[in-house]
Amino acid sequence: MSDTLLAVQSVSKHFGGFTALSEVSVDIRRGERFGLIGPNGSGKTTLINCISGALRNDSGAIRFEEREISRLPAYQRTRLGIARSFQLPRPFSSMSVLENLVVPLEYVVHRGSLHTADTHREAMEILRSIGLADKAQTLASRLTQVELRKLELARAMAARPRLLISDEAMAGLSSAEVDEILAILFRLNEAGITIIMIEHIMHAVMRFSQRVMCLDAGRIICEGTPAQTVANADVQRAYLGT
Amino acid sequence: MDIELLYEAILAGILLGCFYAAVSLGLSIAFGLLDVPHIAHPAFLVLGAFATYVLVGHGLDPILGGVLLMPLFFVLGLGVYQFYYVTFERRGTDQGLRGLAFFFGIAFIVEVLLILRFGVDQRMVEAPYIGQSLELGDTRVPWRMIVAFGVALVLMLGLTIFLSRTFIGRAIKAVAQDEGALRLMGADPVRIKRLAFGLAVAITALTGALLIVVGPVDPGLGRIYIGRTFCVVVLGGLGSVPGTIVAGLILGVVESIVLSTAGAAWAPAVAFGILLLVLAVRPAGLFGR
Amino acid sequence: MSTGTVRFLIGAAIFLALAYGLTRLVSNEYVFFALYVVLQFIVLATAWNILGGYAGYVNFGSGAFFAVGAYTGVALYKALATPILLQVVAGAFVSGLLGLAVGALSLRLRGIFFSIATVAVAIVLETVVVNTPYLGGAKGLPILRPEPPALFHSYLEWTFFLMAMLAVLAVFCARYVETSWIGRGLRAIRDNEGAAECSGVPTLKLKLFAATLSGALMGAAGAPFALYLSFIEPTSVFNLNYAVSALAMPIIGGMSHWIGPVIGAVLLGTVQQLVTVTISSELNVLVVGVLLVLFVVGAPDGILGLVRKLRRPKAASAAGAAA
Repeated sequence: MSDTLLAVQSVSKHFGGFTALSEVSVDIRRGERFGLIGPNGSGKTTLINCISGALRNDSGAIRFEEREISRLPAYQRTRLGIARSFQLPRPFSSMSVLENLVVPLEYVVHRGSLHTADTHREAMEILRSIGLADKAQTLASRLTQVELRKLELARAMAARPRLLISDEAMAGLSSAEVDEILAILFRLNEAGITIIMIEHIMHAVMRFSQRVMCLDAGRIICEGTPAQTVANADVQRAYLGT
Repeated sequence: MDIELLYEAILAGILLGCFYAAVSLGLSIAFGLLDVPHIAHPAFLVLGAFATYVLVGHGLDPILGGVLLMPLFFVLGLGVYQFYYVTFERRGTDQGLRGLAFFFGIAFIVEVLLILRFGVDQRMVEAPYIGQSLELGDTRVPWRMIVAFGVALVLMLGLTIFLSRTFIGRAIKAVAQDEGALRLMGADPVRIKRLAFGLAVAITALTGALLIVVGPVDPGLGRIYIGRTFCVVVLGGLGSVPGTIVAGLILGVVESIVLSTAGAAWAPAVAFGILLLVLAVRPAGLFGR
Repeated sequence: MSTGTVRFLIGAAIFLALAYGLTRLVSNEYVFFALYVVLQFIVLATAWNILGGYAGYVNFGSGAFFAVGAYTGVALYKALATPILLQVVAGAFVSGLLGLAVGALSLRLRGIFFSIATVAVAIVLETVVVNTPYLGGAKGLPILRPEPPALFHSYLEWTFFLMAMLAVLAVFCARYVETSWIGRGLRAIRDNEGAAECSGVPTLKLKLFAATLSGALMGAAGAPFALYLSFIEPTSVFNLNYAVSALAMPIIGGMSHWIGPVIGAVLLGTVQQLVTVTISSELNVLVVGVLLVLFVVGAPDGILGLVRKLRRPKAASAAGAAA
């Protein structure tokens, strides 16, 4: 079993004449905490979409556990172990919070052997770990923004992934809430889950990540430790302008 | 097939195709650019045709009647869009089904109201250019087709200029691509979309007049034109007015050839057949966004 | 089997017993004609709702699937004088295939394209039938009814009972789908297809399944039509009223639970019968259209939704498990 969980090789993505990603390559190691930063429009979410299968990359290869996945539909990638949360929450609004989690539990974890009692219990455990247990029976459409973000994360967790991609889960949260989410992510990582975090909240990314990569206009402009990234002149220029 | 007949069919097809393109312009804006599931477009087309019929009954020329109806239909379009926006689009994602069912219901109600008022029979109008043909060598080209072709051409040219040269026109194109950016520029996307939809329905008044110039109209014609207009808009590519023109011509020619070879019974099915083919093979169409 | 299912089966058995009892006690033919129409609508509305209400994909061409079932039955009967049950199976099979085909063509795309494709299929198929003399063409085909089976006075009563059985079957299928993991997946697709796909739901496969099942049930509803009426012709089978009713009834009744389409079918079907008989058939069609728009705009959860709002004392929890 090699050290690399996810190998992104020279991935490019165009939308008409616009190049969103240009020959992006990176290896994510098993068990790593990986931060992905970059100004708005730099291609972070596009890269995540290509990895999770919401989009197909135009060229390049994506290997998960040595297996080429770029031609697989998104649901199969989730079943292989890749889960992501969405930047703008996408809850199943006609379902309760609990039921939202039952969907990935039924379709990913317990395919072929469905026992309702177990899925409800598992879903409650996840909700407890993330602080949403008292909202279990609430309709997802009635949650606050913060609760919706937590639900996004909980739903990704319910798929029991090996790789969890969190897309700006902390935007707009208070600093206590940010700490809460960070604690959850640290715990998941300790349990063996590899995590890619996209964030704009710099102190969170720097505290959390072992390695950080910065994108700008679809290209990698820096990759290294948090300290190295912050000190990098190109990164500073990308965020602050010349 | 005899080469002479083929030439005639192609010529007729080009005139017809230009007409189909014009008739689809309203949908190209409403659905192609604004993403409104405006399945009631052909119903408004037929409504425009019958309104023209009434005006002709008062002594007006049909094309003039169509032009006079445009402001009325513009206001109708503003109202419909505002209602649609407030009831459906603003509420978010789940409303796709409801919006679609809403327009379907509207189309249905329009058709039934027309039947109640005018009956199921076909209606025609009379004008100096309807009934006469132009002799071009060995072929005869009906004048009404030439007039429809001319008006359609002027309409399409006008729209293309409007979309690329005026501020509002460019704002309409912009709102189709990036609402956020438009907001940052200080324009209100909802107001722009409302104007655009109003414009789409106004255009439909004039093209409805063309509809009844080109041939007799009955309230059930809307369903056949669902096929033709959506075929043109999808084949051309959503959001592309040049695409609409090219697709209209393709449909016109193919339909014309089928008409000469297989007969009138199969002609309406052509548009739907092409549509199914495009959806299966290249849903983005020829010039799609 | 859960207690809910047992209760449902008992209810269904009672319903069928009542239906049969009716054939023994009532001799007025009109009653069976009218009830047949309502039962037929129950099947159509329930079938529509499996793809429309549960998954969110709107079929505007239900008439086509209904008609394909009807004409498959006719073709089989003409060629082989098959018993009606076989026609139902064949009609369901062919319409199911049609649902699968239309789905495979258009369910990868946005919802509106599926809807347009269903309109396209309806018009193309109607054109085909009108130009096929074997099926009667535009003039139509008279059909000679065979002798009714042993337990029934007349063939009409037998087709009525058959439609009652089909109604039970349709509702059973809908209920099973709704309360199972399949139903949850379909609801996820309806709520947010992108998120469903990322949660492991094979969205295309589920949509195709729903489209096939929906089509098959509509075809089953259509298959007995020719023998019920002793006559078949394209305008009555491809009638736009089927397309609009199949859509309006679930929306008016309520799309989230299997009982919604039943309520919609019974109410709207009865209203239609009354209006057609007392006023006019055009006005009947207008009433359906107006009700559709009113409910879509004002009461999107249908009658079920209104009832729920009236009963609910405080802020709600999620819709619980179905009965």
